[in-house]
Amino acid sequence: MITTQGLTKVYRSRGREVTALDGVDLHVREGEVYGVIGQSGAGKSSLIRCVNLLERPTSGTVTVAGQDLTALAGRGPRAGRELREARSRIGMVFQHFNLLSSRTVQDNIELPLEILGKSGKERSAKALELLDLVGLADKAKSYPAQLSGGQKQRVGIARALAGDPKVLLSDEATSALDPETTRSILQLLRDLNQQLGLTVLLITHEMDVVKTVCDSAALMERGQIVESGTVSELLATPGSELAAALFPVSGDASGTDRTVIDVTFHGESATQPVISQLSRTYNIDISILGAAMDTVGGKQVGRMRIELPGRYEDNVVPIGFLREQGLQVEIQGNQDGQSVLLKEGVTK
Amino acid sequence: MQPLLSQACWDTLYMVGWSTLIAVVVGLPLGVLLVLTDRGGLLQNALANKLIGQLVNVVRSMPFIVLMLALTAFTRWVVGTSIGREAAIVPLAIGAIPFFARLVETSVREVDRGLVEAVQSMGGNTWTVVRKVFVPESLPSLISATTTTIVAIIGYSAMAGTVGAGGLGDVAIRYGYQRFEATLMWIVVAILAVAIAIIQFAGDSAARVLHRRAGKGGEPFRFRLFGGFLPAGPVSAEATPAKTR
Repeated sequence: MITTQGLTKVYRSRGREVTALDGVDLHVREGEVYGVIGQSGAGKSSLIRCVNLLERPTSGTVTVAGQDLTALAGRGPRAGRELREARSRIGMVFQHFNLLSSRTVQDNIELPLEILGKSGKERSAKALELLDLVGLADKAKSYPAQLSGGQKQRVGIARALAGDPKVLLSDEATSALDPETTRSILQLLRDLNQQLGLTVLLITHEMDVVKTVCDSAALMERGQIVESGTVSELLATPGSELAAALFPVSGDASGTDRTVIDVTFHGESATQPVISQLSRTYNIDISILGAAMDTVGGKQVGRMRIELPGRYEDNVVPIGFLREQGLQVEIQGNQDGQSVLLKEGVTK
Repeated sequence: MQPLLSQACWDTLYMVGWSTLIAVVVGLPLGVLLVLTDRGGLLQNALANKLIGQLVNVVRSMPFIVLMLALTAFTRWVVGTSIGREAAIVPLAIGAIPFFARLVETSVREVDRGLVEAVQSMGGNTWTVVRKVFVPESLPSLISATTTTIVAIIGYSAMAGTVGAGGLGDVAIRYGYQRFEATLMWIVVAILAVAIAIIQFAGDSAARVLHRRAGKGGEPFRFRLFGGFLPAGPVSAEATPAKTR
């Protein structure tokens, strides 16, 4: 739905060049929620602004819904009619909501429809329908200043949906909100994604956001995408920074003759209660040192660090059992040399 | 004395009214253009920005009496005469345009850049940004700017007597000062003081109502000229955000 190829953005100011995007290839599938995460300054904002060409990329192409937007852009800083029409089919929500303080909530939502040249009757019908959708039917005549942050963002979302877009861009939409409000806004985005088949591209610096709503994620560092994929793909990638950040586990062995292993559950593989099966089948006591689990679509996803009694040599069979279940197993050890080899054995 | 004063009031009102109207009509787009053509603006154009900026500075730094006399030929070309009320309107308006334009520029600059971005993301063009964002969002500030401009024009208009335009300032100079009619002088001063107070009060009230609606708070309610004359009103209670659902 959204594809960028070799996207590069260089800012020039007073002879200095700053590369914000350095050859970004992004692919967002139709109907998914895609999260781009990174620290501030990583280039996330430039990336999302390049998708609807609020920022002109220095080079590279942006394709949204099969339309090459970079080709529409033309020359000069001003946006031509075709590009503006394409933008009106892409909704965008902002960190600071960007609602007009001089307009009521309803009038704010009608604004994109005014730009599209819709009649007054059509506009108000659509605005009220959208207000209902985001759960603010009673706030139509309020002014933004009378709303809380979460309510403002709901208005922002309703406004972004006014033009019936297929794609929604979310620029740190929850970063100015408290955790509870964040959750309700993310839930709303999730619902819209499912009800309307909306494709959502969001940028954030909060791992929780990715964990809560995203089907896929990408990690950005210094203008480049260093990792990307669906959440379960990322989990299945040994040494994935994103997976480690999404599902952090920690804990040290309680003694020297113990084997510590990280078990990763992802996608189709983990439907059985394997840990208790392992314990019963081999009659061993398992301690869970740490775990970060989530249930996505009825399947357990995440990682768990467990400790088995005895050295690795004593646990070859139980570990084999876990692998047979389709789980990814990584041996954490301080037995130097050997553990590195073992790890390599795991990653193949 | 009475017909003299009422005629003077009417002359001042006439001159100030027309020149304010012209100053607003021309100054508003000029001020907006100053923002648009500035670096990072939607119509970024260094040359145009510099040109308009310089023009505004030159006219603004000119003493009004000099400007008025320097514009004699231009005035005659525009209204057909360089003497009388109509002739005074031309330099008054020209003097007030850059004044108002600078105030507009400052007001529009205060508008959140994010709103411009939002309108662009909806597919709006530059004109949409001006119409739907710049002007309505800075309206309280623009009203204050208009008030300030009217008061400045009233000040300038006192010199309009030089070109035979009459007005309150002219009465004060010719009768009050040159003929030592102190009573008349004080009456003119009183009329001007009251008129300015009323204009300031009306402008401030209008700006405050809009400002408050936009939830920007603002200073407590006060009658400026007679500071502390009216008690400070409570800041609107409705701006308190409702609890999140």
